[in-house]
Amino acid sequence: MRALTWHGKHDVRVETVDDPEIVNPRDAIIKVTATAICGSDLHLYDGYIPTMQAGDILGHEFMGEVVDVGPRSTLKKGQKVVVPFTIACGACYHCGKHQYSACDNGLPADNQDIAQAAYGQPMSGLFGYSHMTGGYAGGQAEYVRVPFSDVGPIVVPDDIDDEKVLFLSDILPTGWQAAEYAEIEPGDTVAVWGCGPVGLFAVQSAFLMGAERVIAIDHFPHRLELARRFGAETINFEESATYEALMEMTGGIGPDAVIDAVGLEAHGLFVDNVIDQIKASTFLGTDRIHSIRQAIIACRKGGRVSMPAVYGGFVDKFPLGAFMEKGLTMKTGQTHVQHYMPALLAAVLEGKIDTTFLISHRMPLEDAAKGYKIFHDKQNEVTKIVLKPDLAIA
Amino acid sequence: MAGSWLSRVMEMLVADQQTDDAPLTASKRSEAVDEATEALIEPKGDALVGRAVTINRPRSELYAYWRDFSNLATVMENVERIDILDERRSHWVVKAPGGRTVEWTAAITEEQEGRMIAWASEEGAEVPNSGRVDFRDAGARGTVVTATILYDPPAGTIGKLIAKLFQREPGIQARRDLRRFKQLMETGEIATGARNRAELEKEQN
Repeated sequence: MRALTWHGKHDVRVETVDDPEIVNPRDAIIKVTATAICGSDLHLYDGYIPTMQAGDILGHEFMGEVVDVGPRSTLKKGQKVVVPFTIACGACYHCGKHQYSACDNGLPADNQDIAQAAYGQPMSGLFGYSHMTGGYAGGQAEYVRVPFSDVGPIVVPDDIDDEKVLFLSDILPTGWQAAEYAEIEPGDTVAVWGCGPVGLFAVQSAFLMGAERVIAIDHFPHRLELARRFGAETINFEESATYEALMEMTGGIGPDAVIDAVGLEAHGLFVDNVIDQIKASTFLGTDRIHSIRQAIIACRKGGRVSMPAVYGGFVDKFPLGAFMEKGLTMKTGQTHVQHYMPALLAAVLEGKIDTTFLISHRMPLEDAAKGYKIFHDKQNEVTKIVLKPDLAIA
Repeated sequence: MAGSWLSRVMEMLVADQQTDDAPLTASKRSEAVDEATEALIEPKGDALVGRAVTINRPRSELYAYWRDFSNLATVMENVERIDILDERRSHWVVKAPGGRTVEWTAAITEEQEGRMIAWASEEGAEVPNSGRVDFRDAGARGTVVTATILYDPPAGTIGKLIAKLFQREPGIQARRDLRRFKQLMETGEIATGARNRAELEKEQN
């Protein structure tokens, strides 16, 4: 089959590789009909994520048709499914609590050593996201082996357009969980850093959960315009001072809840950010955390901090004093996708949530390497790239 | 009874005036470890490995799987095969660093139905070893399985270092083997990132 493979920093290629097969009883093989490039794939592209190996197949947002099933899969050949990016067993203590991204058994036993050393306990497996998360081949390919297929993939109606449901795999539940973790109360003002897909879905979700105002922060005018379409007010941090603007816009109180949807590759020419960037490039530190620092400083006293943004390692100058003195609460984590999928699918089918506005580019899988380059280089215009293996090559 | 084992541990802890409740396998004081382990396991070496894992299945089911030693080659990556000799004795063939294998015959020294199995290698073992596996109820979380192993590292400390490099070190191996045991018991399969059967075979060798 054809698949997008990683070979090093800014080096991804579409190559012919061996087809996947059923390996374990609960597996299914999915023929991919649509798969997206995620903002977090750019962390791999930029070489920020360790434990990658040349030839690894990327991609964790995908859907398709079931073409083969193991004896213990509950799926049937021909079904149309969307696959969660987290690989969870459904049988352990954490899955029982619907903490799917904390699944005990999603990672192969040998791969758990790295995560245990880095984080204290291993997390669930992820598709196409380094060997620390299991070394599972990803979805930017013609076919994918999906473990625990009786628990993860959600069956969607045959006649629904892929583009309406593809984002159930990651970014829609991630934006929704981010808003849920902000514990929004009626009348609240919520500030969202980053108007990428997760930030935009968090904006949409925050309003659905009763926020009175949402303030979206970014520096790409097109992305701010998308946030405005959902009713958000906006701050372009290249034109306005974010903290001062937030304080004035909230009558000197600060936002009731703040959401960091930026993560470890924060943009912007701020002193702390430049230092973080130098440290990251010289391996003295790992993550660039400008957005979460600013969110904590801006958040009102006793407010809530929600952090869907991806961080991987250690940070400097984390404003722990502000966090403590102001009595903030933080909730974060990889998304418990399997927990949110059924309700969000229903919301999409009822027309309450639309996700298609996000897609700016559609490309054949063969052009995936070009897709990474333009997504990386032109973040104003390129909001989301969907790859379709069957699309004719332009 | 698991209770008697615990009380023996407690006695040892009191005797050595340990001031915390941490398990012996986490102790930084080697004398305490030596004395206490001798009370727990028939000593067949001086390198101590202890690992605990919580498995979301009933104690009796986990014990029954473990007690049938021929099952263990499925979850123990380095075990090539285990031949059952009789009700108490089994012969183990285990992969060692550098493509070698080591063999020994192990005999059960003590067992408590559903709660504990202890073993020790017989005379002539290439890597003398002994240990015990305890199964303890953990309420809604299932069962806590604790493996405590003593072994005599091949060629002493250097052998242990080399083994670590090749990831055939019992400490690392015990943790991985317990994870595989947990996966098989909880999910019915052992997780793998292999894309197809050829990759799986390569992983297993």
